[in-house]
Amino acid sequence: MAKRVAIVATGQTDHAGNRRDVTGVELIHEAVARCLADAELTMKDIDGVVIGNMDHFEGINGVELWSIEGTGGIMKPTLKLTTGGTTGSTLAIGGYHLVASGFFERLLVVGWEKNSESDTTGAITTAFDPIWDRLVFAGAISGLAVEASAYMERFGATEKDAARAGVRDRRHALNNPHAHLRKEVSIDDVLRSPMLSDPIKALDICPRTDGACAVIYACEGAAEKICPKPAWVWATANRHLYSYLGDAQWYPLRSLELAAREAYAKAGIREPLKEIDVMELYTPYSFANLSWIEALGLAKPGEGARLIWDGATDMGGELPTSWACGVLPAARSTSRPGPCAGRATGPSTSGSRSAHEGLWPRSRSCASPSSTRRPAAESRCPTATASSGSTAPTRSCSIFCA
Amino acid sequence: MDEILVHESRIAVPYAWSAGEVLSRFLKALRDERKILATRCPSCRKAYVPPRKTCGNCFEACGEWLEVGPRGTLLSFTQALYDSPAHPRPSPIYGLIRLEGADTALAHLVGESKLENLRLGMSVEAVFSESRSGSILDILHFRPAS
Repeated sequence: MAKRVAIVATGQTDHAGNRRDVTGVELIHEAVARCLADAELTMKDIDGVVIGNMDHFEGINGVELWSIEGTGGIMKPTLKLTTGGTTGSTLAIGGYHLVASGFFERLLVVGWEKNSESDTTGAITTAFDPIWDRLVFAGAISGLAVEASAYMERFGATEKDAARAGVRDRRHALNNPHAHLRKEVSIDDVLRSPMLSDPIKALDICPRTDGACAVIYACEGAAEKICPKPAWVWATANRHLYSYLGDAQWYPLRSLELAAREAYAKAGIREPLKEIDVMELYTPYSFANLSWIEALGLAKPGEGARLIWDGATDMGGELPTSWACGVLPAARSTSRPGPCAGRATGPSTSGSRSAHEGLWPRSRSCASPSSTRRPAAESRCPTATASSGSTAPTRSCSIFCA
Repeated sequence: MDEILVHESRIAVPYAWSAGEVLSRFLKALRDERKILATRCPSCRKAYVPPRKTCGNCFEACGEWLEVGPRGTLLSFTQALYDSPAHPRPSPIYGLIRLEGADTALAHLVGESKLENLRLGMSVEAVFSESRSGSILDILHFRPAS
């Protein structure tokens, strides 16, 4: 029988467009040191380390070894997990599995990215098949644009609908002092920003960000001693879909639908819009907020935009999403573990590009440090996180409860 | 057997890795002063080359700077006799050099000596490049100490 597992501490760096003042290893250490301080633990208390990033963003292929002085993993079991744009979620899920297995009691999970160090499009292209797609299709923005165009044509959604979601995420970023972009924008600002790849404009897409995030997972018995209100993991799920871009199913997003359905079933959630209190999504561009929430079961096909215009996903709404800022303003680091908000890296908090499902800031994966200390309004207060790769092959969902 | 096609290409992604504040100080000392700097952990007292911002073992900030070398001890070496585009020079002699005053060894090239004249434990010294740009190759290589 698997053990119950919780996130008991989080730490994240301040996310910025260029952290030239530190190397990647030093950046990682900042998040780890903050996480240990949050837990009031030292590395002597940690059984093992899991680290992840999208390795071609930094061009370091042995990250688990190269970063060891930053993670504190010297002479400890140290593993690397990397799944491209969903590394954050993968870290969140993998860390959970390792602790639930009973082999680790207290596990440090770290996600990071220094997107300033490479050409993002060039680096992402190395994730594509070298004989086929790599020669004829490059980067994430164009892949997302294809997804957006197909959705708009099908349901009559508009660029203004997407802009409304982007405005929301950038406003929510003001809640997160660590977010990369902390400035409100208007719908007009979004619509007038430079076109990058039709229909995606500069303010529709997440920035490239340098940042790191760390979380500590602990099993039942250990968790309560570290944190008065651990963020228990209720469910995680993930699905992979295809190899070639031409095989992708742009709508409905079957991988995210099935991942969400599994996560809800495990957590006993039947009506996510009503039962979940907050949702942190790895939505790397504004249009994702329209179609992806449909795959998550929050709105019927084609009705995602209406839910957003109605304010249901705003702070104070029925189900605030990306309340710690999401990926759009936070950063595009992919590897945040845990519930976080932002697209940066790490497992925990909010925003890296990997899988997050949690509450805090960073990349697509996340686990969030601060969410663990947040008082729950009621005994059952699930938060969900969802992430996906920028070109849709992989989707993950996780549900946390504090 | 039918013809099998092989697609040849290369990954060409530009990178710009920041050395950060700590390693920038080290590299600037090499470039501007021909000095090799280390940092010391206040807890375990280990002197690191290249310098570390934080001791990976103790997680303490290594705030103390010291100059080490330019002489050191050749702890081990070998010569690569096979070809690879990754080698920094043809048939390079690779060495591990513990500089005087340092507790860690620096991996670098050994030059101005035939392989058969090198010995484990011998004293070597840094040879600085005349044109320095703020890179570890501002040390051209190490040679047997005069």
